[in-house]
Amino acid sequence: MLVVAGLAAATLTGCGGGGGGSGSGGGDGSITMGFSQVGAESGWRTANTKSVQESAKAAGITLKFSDAQQKQENQIKAIRSYIQQKVDVIAFSPVVESGWDTVLKEAKNAKIPVILTDRAVDSKDTSLYKTFLGSDFVEEGRKAGKWLVEQYKDAKDPVNIVELQGTTGSAPANDRKAGFQEVVGADPKFRIVASQTGDFTRAKGKEVMEAFLKANPDIDVLYAHNDDMGLGAIEAIEGAGKVPGKDIKIITVDAVHDGMQALADGKINYIVECSPLLGPQLMDLAKKVVKNESVPARVVTEETTFTQEQAKTALPSRKY
Amino acid sequence: MRRLLWPLLVLAALLAVNLFFTPSFFSVEMKEGHLYGSLIDILRFGAPLILVSLGMTLVIATGGIDLSVGSVVAISGALACLRISEDGGVLSAVVLALGLCVLLGLWNGFLVAGVGIQPIIATLILMVAGRGLAQLITDGQIITVNSPSFKVIGGGYLLTVPFGILLVLVVLGVTAFLTRRLALGVLIESVGGNAEASRLAGIRSRGIVITVYAFAALCAGVAGLMIASNVSSADGNNAGLWIELDAILAVVIGGTSLAGGRFSLGGTVLGALIIQTLTTTIYSVGVPPETTLLVKALVVAAVCLVQSPKFRDKVFRRAGPRASSRPAAEEKVRVTA
Repeated sequence: MLVVAGLAAATLTGCGGGGGGSGSGGGDGSITMGFSQVGAESGWRTANTKSVQESAKAAGITLKFSDAQQKQENQIKAIRSYIQQKVDVIAFSPVVESGWDTVLKEAKNAKIPVILTDRAVDSKDTSLYKTFLGSDFVEEGRKAGKWLVEQYKDAKDPVNIVELQGTTGSAPANDRKAGFQEVVGADPKFRIVASQTGDFTRAKGKEVMEAFLKANPDIDVLYAHNDDMGLGAIEAIEGAGKVPGKDIKIITVDAVHDGMQALADGKINYIVECSPLLGPQLMDLAKKVVKNESVPARVVTEETTFTQEQAKTALPSRKY
Repeated sequence: MRRLLWPLLVLAALLAVNLFFTPSFFSVEMKEGHLYGSLIDILRFGAPLILVSLGMTLVIATGGIDLSVGSVVAISGALACLRISEDGGVLSAVVLALGLCVLLGLWNGFLVAGVGIQPIIATLILMVAGRGLAQLITDGQIITVNSPSFKVIGGGYLLTVPFGILLVLVVLGVTAFLTRRLALGVLIESVGGNAEASRLAGIRSRGIVITVYAFAALCAGVAGLMIASNVSSADGNNAGLWIELDAILAVVIGGTSLAGGRFSLGGTVLGALIIQTLTTTIYSVGVPPETTLLVKALVVAAVCLVQSPKFRDKVFRRAGPRASSRPAAEEKVRVTA
């Protein structure tokens, strides 16, 4: 297996070395990008795909798009085929963190720059890719925590918080938990009385919240790692005869359409955006790396936060 | 009845653990005009699993297995929500979704009984393809519907009791009547014991097998409607994910043999309730999410061990150890529902 990969790399080096000059040095500004997407597992991901496709068109970049259907081997195949097609730049959202060294070395040998989007790889050799464009999940957790601290700055009584975590072990779940903890942990009046995983789904969010409500009669705040779990929890809260947004304050992350609607309706109090619309930033970065300009090793997606008032204004023009 | 003793004890033990951590665990009160309490939650959230497990019980009784029920759950919810979001007709959407589920079940039955493919492979096809079909229907998105009448199926109440629980009681009653008051149950067990011998004895084993797969898919379809209705949305990626494994576990905990030939509906209901109680317990007690799966595995392992007569004999070494286990194995299965 290794021998084959090595041979492939050697052959590709030869091809890439010859073709690199003609491909990117054209000077006419036309750029070809190979993009390998994780899959189409959620509305968030679909919006992400659309954003990349639309902004490529707008930026005049020829996009070769492939969907890996959540499988790393598909993604490696796609990247190899982009190398063979001598694209100018490769961008991809890695399905998993590890196992990319070989194929990324092949791209490097072929002198094709690589941009990571949305998810990182754990490769020690950071020269294998130019930059990583994506959300900072820890910062999202911090933003949620800061709003809460601001809301309760005058409160003397303890604030009982329950947390609905994302899928156990996933980067967004770990980081959103850590960022939130970092901010609210500074003040002992904030107490996280229960924290369980809701697997990022509405059904689990509702089921877990039902149990929380029975085990902890006095809940002040719910922090959910995504909108969907928050939406499920809202139903549980309503079923318990409490008013979501008033009796229990709700903070979520993502800002998908249904979440924004609930925010505008007053059922959620605050949403930290985790934007999938990183297409325009990606195209800017692609143009820079093709021209060999220097780019920062880490670019954070432009993201904001929404209060109920802001949601009402923003809702009509939301794309997802 | 004796065979259900151990599952009953396990369920009681789990409930006792809850009482220790949450003193108000057994209190059931009226809130917003309906019953409200942890026990109601267990029944309500356990309802889809009980339904899927009932279908699975009959399939397993014929010596088969149905891995596709989780995908059928997703397809059913997805199709119903898509129809409702398009034109709002709840009844037609429900009929259409359940109709498709029965068709999918007939397809499974055809592959198993008509073509002769091993059940685990035959239903694996739909397990994989069906998840894709559900995603195709929902376009990979979560379809949100706003229909009060659809909401009733999984999240509504009738005479203060959650509608889902009543639905389960009806399905359980009909199934128990068909299989235990009529000859169907005996025929199913006979096919599970030896399909060829049953055929030679004059039983249409092929028809029986196709029927149970269709029934399992129908149960999964109703469960899918409940899950989608409960949160007023269809999630093609996650609805019913791995529910087939929970259902098989519920059937096994309930004392139905995976080799086929006999089954216990009451045991299956108990098994499903044990699984749901365990889940609720983990949330209420506050087991950290990182160790949830380990805790579940330990409890399930304990349940399986305590149900094994051989294991009990070895550990407890009672005076007449073998006397207690043998009659239990030969005892005629009775419905306790």
